[in-house]
Amino acid sequence: MKLNGEKIVKYGLITVAFSALASLLLIAGFILKEGLPFMLKVGVRDFLLASDWDPQAGKFGIYPMIVASLYVAFGAMLIGAPLGVAGAIFLNEFVPKPVMRVVKPTIELLAGIPSVVFGFLGVMVLAPFIRQNMGGPGLSVLAAAVILGIMVLPTVISISSDAIGAVPNSYREGALALGATRWQSVYMVTIKAAWSGIIASIILAMGRALGETMAVIMVAGNTVKIPHSVTDPVRTLTANIALEMANATGMAREALFATGVVLFVVIMILNGIALSTIKTKVRRK
Amino acid sequence: MFRQFKSLCCASLAGGLVLAAGCGNSREGITMAGSTAFQPFAEKLAEQYMITHPELSITVQGGGSSLGIKSCLSGVAQIGVADLIELPVEAAALLSIVAARDGIAVVLNPANKVAAMTLEQVKDVFTGKIQNWNQVGGEDHAVAVISREAGSGTRSSFEQIIGGVKLTSDALIQDSNGTIRETVANDPNAIGYISHGLVNEKIKSVTVDGYSCTEAEIMAGNYKLVRPIFLMAKKDASPACKAFLEYVLCAEAQELIHQNGLIKVK
Repeated sequence: MKLNGEKIVKYGLITVAFSALASLLLIAGFILKEGLPFMLKVGVRDFLLASDWDPQAGKFGIYPMIVASLYVAFGAMLIGAPLGVAGAIFLNEFVPKPVMRVVKPTIELLAGIPSVVFGFLGVMVLAPFIRQNMGGPGLSVLAAAVILGIMVLPTVISISSDAIGAVPNSYREGALALGATRWQSVYMVTIKAAWSGIIASIILAMGRALGETMAVIMVAGNTVKIPHSVTDPVRTLTANIALEMANATGMAREALFATGVVLFVVIMILNGIALSTIKTKVRRK
Repeated sequence: MFRQFKSLCCASLAGGLVLAAGCGNSREGITMAGSTAFQPFAEKLAEQYMITHPELSITVQGGGSSLGIKSCLSGVAQIGVADLIELPVEAAALLSIVAARDGIAVVLNPANKVAAMTLEQVKDVFTGKIQNWNQVGGEDHAVAVISREAGSGTRSSFEQIIGGVKLTSDALIQDSNGTIRETVANDPNAIGYISHGLVNEKIKSVTVDGYSCTEAEIMAGNYKLVRPIFLMAKKDASPACKAFLEYVLCAEAQELIHQNGLIKVK
């Protein structure tokens, strides 16, 4: 009886473990099945590089949205990466351990704030600020980049800080013994040793920024146009799917799945790069 | 441990059976699907109707006007709801009634001096021909056009009434009446359009061709931006389904629709 129970638990757990993998495969399969035929029908080139999006008139060009997604994600990194990495360095190297034990979990709590709340802040505070001080409608690339830059901070800080924390103390001691100042030991030794982890944190954060939807819909303005300045409104790939899914039928619906395929591929590539940077670091050790 | 697991299985199985038996009673089900603009009203109507008709169970779903027509044709829903100016040809095979009417208000920020526009001006603003408020009697500021997403019933009605236009590619897109209202309330140069029942003190609606978007002007047929809300059913629908459609047109139901911000049919 007891042995039977063991077996049941074992197989039960295996099933559970594989169901996570299976659901990933099912999602990927479903999106590809719904989206790929459409891409082939319209032509991959036309779909990716045309800049007219008007599903009712049969125009399906997502180029402005690809550009918008990349602008917004890169913009978010310009803001989030320096702040996050600097924060991680400060927490690990310049703050006493007990303080860090309080501060780091607090920063990680930031990840638990729902994205609508960030979006709401963006609409109420940031967008009017941009409109009054920089012109344009306020809802813009800049607003989206700033909001996303703040949203990805917990990802950047916690992963970089783990990487920095994993650098052996003997490295730091060695640098100090050679007469380096504290700052010199940080930027010549610690950051170099933790570099691949820091890069991985930034790439993962970029994946998160690309995938974020709610906050972006609220602050980006959702205009399908290639932006010429940071105060122009844009529509990202994720926003396009979420905005039009409710009313889309037929070709328009397939076009949204195809948008999903593009997004899926981009994020898979980013995550792949991030994972491989982390792996090379492990191998080198 | 295993015995416990077994008894848990038995318990949940028994529970499932009881539930299944509970569902198998003789209440007739009616499903409504379609326009999200009418969904809250449909829910209220269904709730009221089920008090006096406990033998019915009415489920209300959204999905959009085009889905409403499709699912009514295919029989997935017994009643379809569409808020379009006119029903597409494929809906000719269906029984349809106008359940209510809804005015579309053209709204501005209260700080904007413009109070009256012509239909032609509204059209030119939304197509991008007019780009500055000083062209329609306002201050020298660029117009920020705000529209609903493609496929929205409100947007297609609006575009049809102002003359089958192509929206300017500079327009900001928001995905609901509520977010359009917030955006207009926040931006002194914005212009948008929302269902007239949702206009509040944070925004103002302009007069179009000299008529304000009020119930009286809509009833009198003066205010142009009005769309009907259609309920549809198959011609051979069940008697209970047809009775519900009749109920929607009765005085009590129309009053309920009216109280919540739409306009009566008669």
